[in-house]
Amino acid sequence: MAKLYINQSPNEKVENLKPKEETISFLLNYSKALHVLDGKQMQYENLLN
Amino acid sequence: MKKIETTTDATLVRQYLEGSEDALSKLINRHKQRIYNFIYSKVFDRDITEDIFQDTFIKVIRTLKRGKYNEEGKFLPWVMRIAHNLVIDHFRKNNRMPKFDNSGDFNIFSVLPDEDLNAERLMVKDQIESDVRELIRELPEDQREVLVMRIYKDMSFKEIAEQTNVSINTALGRMRYALINLRKVIDKHDIVLTKY
Repeated sequence: MAKLYINQSPNEKVENLKPKEETISFLLNYSKALHVLDGKQMQYENLLN
Repeated sequence: MKKIETTTDATLVRQYLEGSEDALSKLINRHKQRIYNFIYSKVFDRDITEDIFQDTFIKVIRTLKRGKYNEEGKFLPWVMRIAHNLVIDHFRKNNRMPKFDNSGDFNIFSVLPDEDLNAERLMVKDQIESDVRELIRELPEDQREVLVMRIYKDMSFKEIAEQTNVSINTALGRMRYALINLRKVIDKHDIVLTKY
């Protein structure tokens, strides 16, 4: 019979994953930098660093 | 004693819209694991998961800042839907452009097409059907009624005419306008309903 070389099911692994701190940090900085300006008929996005 | 988190998502969204960046941080930290795991459970690749997670929240931030968010009280399902759509976009792109991974080992399955409805295609199909159902709900009552009877109940126009007490020509006309209006809504909102 074939041997199974796995100790943990994929589902168990999935539950422990988290995004990297850099990703969270990038998102928070992106949010701080993003400004939306209302024009007459459109909205304009501005990234201010 | 552990402090119980009492601020609701809706409150945090409101605080963020009022300018509190800290509220966004709380929202992301509260839901990051669930959203990340949801994406990973579909793509099984950490780098792709990281990218889709990032794109999901970029879309969330842009939508909130543009004042387009209108699902108060349903923040998590809304974010999950964005993530789900981005996962589908990812699979669509990959289907168009099959790629080799450069791990050194040749994998025959990376070049053989799988014509069956695999998990990704089923997701895309489900998404399209769900989008179409939502679009149909937007139609005027008389047009929606005819379209549902014809497409979902497979009724003939004669049967539809009898059941709705109109002439066959009227039923045909309503079907025609239903399709025209569906196309208009699809064009207006740039909705993509194709598999590839």
